Amino acid sequence: MDWDALLLSCRLAATTTAILLVLGTPLAWWLARGRGWLRASVDALVAVPLVLPPTVLGFYLLMLLGPEGPVGGALRALGGPKLVFSFPGLVVASVLFSAPFVVQPLRNAFRAIGARPAEVAATLGAGPLDRLLTVAVPLALPSYVTAAVVAFAHTLGEFGVVLMVGGDLAETRVVSIAVFEAVESLDYARAHAMSAILLAFSFTVLLVVALVERRTSDGGAR
Amino acid sequence: MSGLVADVEVRRGAFDLRARVEARAGEVVSVVGPSGAGKTTLLRCIAGLEPGARGRITVGDEVWLDGSKSLPVHRRRVGFVFQEASLFPHLDVEGNLRYGTKRLRGTPLRSSFEHVAEWLELGPLLGRRPATLSGGERQRVALGRALLAQPRLLLVDEPLSALDAAARERLLPWLEALPRTIDVPVVHVSHSMREVARLADELVWLEGGAVRASGPARELLPLVGAADEELSAVLRGSVHEHDDLDAITTVAVGDERFHVRRLDAEPGDEVRVQVLARDVSIALEPDRGSSILNEVAVVVRRVHANEAGAVLELELAGGQSLYARITRRSLRALDLSEGRSVRARVKSVGATGSHPRAER
Repeated sequence: MDWDALLLSCRLAATTTAILLVLGTPLAWWLARGRGWLRASVDALVAVPLVLPPTVLGFYLLMLLGPEGPVGGALRALGGPKLVFSFPGLVVASVLFSAPFVVQPLRNAFRAIGARPAEVAATLGAGPLDRLLTVAVPLALPSYVTAAVVAFAHTLGEFGVVLMVGGDLAETRVVSIAVFEAVESLDYARAHAMSAILLAFSFTVLLVVALVERRTSDGGAR
Repeated sequence: MSGLVADVEVRRGAFDLRARVEARAGEVVSVVGPSGAGKTTLLRCIAGLEPGARGRITVGDEVWLDGSKSLPVHRRRVGFVFQEASLFPHLDVEGNLRYGTKRLRGTPLRSSFEHVAEWLELGPLLGRRPATLSGGERQRVALGRALLAQPRLLLVDEPLSALDAAARERLLPWLEALPRTIDVPVVHVSHSMREVARLADELVWLEGGAVRASGPARELLPLVGAADEELSAVLRGSVHEHDDLDAITTVAVGDERFHVRRLDAEPGDEVRVQVLARDVSIALEPDRGSSILNEVAVVVRRVHANEAGAVLELELAGGQSLYARITRRSLRALDLSEGRSVRARVKSVGATGSHPRAER
């Protein structure tokens, strides 16, 4: 049993989810607030990881974040952290890869809420951030639960991007990589243990999401 | 606290709106006109909710809009009561009411929480969620919420249109009392002539995004409502006496007396008498023998003839006005011209006390 890998996976998923909720909220709010070319393009860009093979995304990230790449190179020149084969690199990759699972439900929730509650709040003296935090976010709360849970679970289960960007070092060996490694070395018992934990966890998480969604749609008041 | 002067224009797709609205403090200006005339858009422009609005808006000494330079909505202190109450569903009634007050940043309170909650009879509702309130209760909370944000201007968009007839009648007295309660300009949008007759001091008549006419409600109402079944006049009077045997209350309007159904009010109480134009007929001689209780002496002030018939503006001795809708044949047959003294027979009169009350 590779507890380090499980722990690392959980740490990665938690960090990614937290970052996505913070960055995804204003992005989803902006996407929900109008139409036009720019918004459509950003919408499509956020959704790309849903259809792209993870290895393709991982490959481009490697090119971008590597020491010779534009972002990695600039960071290195500024003395910033190394973004490939490191935990920060995994976080950057996971944030991009799991973004649609947070941004899309939040965008849909904000759209369903409509502009009116924020307009009312504005006439009552609430500035833009105030309106977002005291009206839009509380009204979208059920979607936040869904988004957070799915983003966490999805990050936990990611393999391709993580392998490309993180490789297989002690610092970056998450549980999905550890399972792969166990199978490669024919250690099926170890692979079984970790796989079963992941399977049970994923099912439980999706069950919770289904129950939450059922309860909020039954409630009707929202 | 002083008045609103708004000169705005906005383009929304193929629709152009250009309008001027002026309102003094303590005065209600009603924006009227057919659906699609731009009434709500005009209100939204004044509030700052239409990003494309251009022009100039001043409220007292504050400039809200100058050219395209716009003060953000949340700095305008504009009270807006929307058509659907639009309460925050995640807050209880008290949370809704206090939302604006919490964001005042040191602005002195003109209307305290206790005062507004008591006036609108919101005490029993404070802990409830908006989803559990009736339509009328929601609008009362929405009104209270807007007042507690201490607005410099109050905008009210068709506040009664989502309510049933009984709830409308219950809410109206509060709206009537508004201008006296808060000393700020009130701009109100409605397409109900009954509502406008009871609330408006001035009218802005919009059609196709432009002002067709604006001026005192009393003069414009018969023109705007020429074809409207609900065209009516509101007379201010006081309770003179009750006749419990016949279940009738006599209301004094100037020197004239109106007999209405028994009112729940004390002698001397202020009341409003609403008379529909279609319920008023004209006679040249005093009536002898009729079931009609109310007949008053009036002078024909204006005659508005149109395709459908004619609307007369009739002045009572005390200076207040009634309207009468008659046919063009009667207009000709009775030779009704401006300045003529005639009798107005009123078939039916509605009256309400001026003290708002939730439970009646």
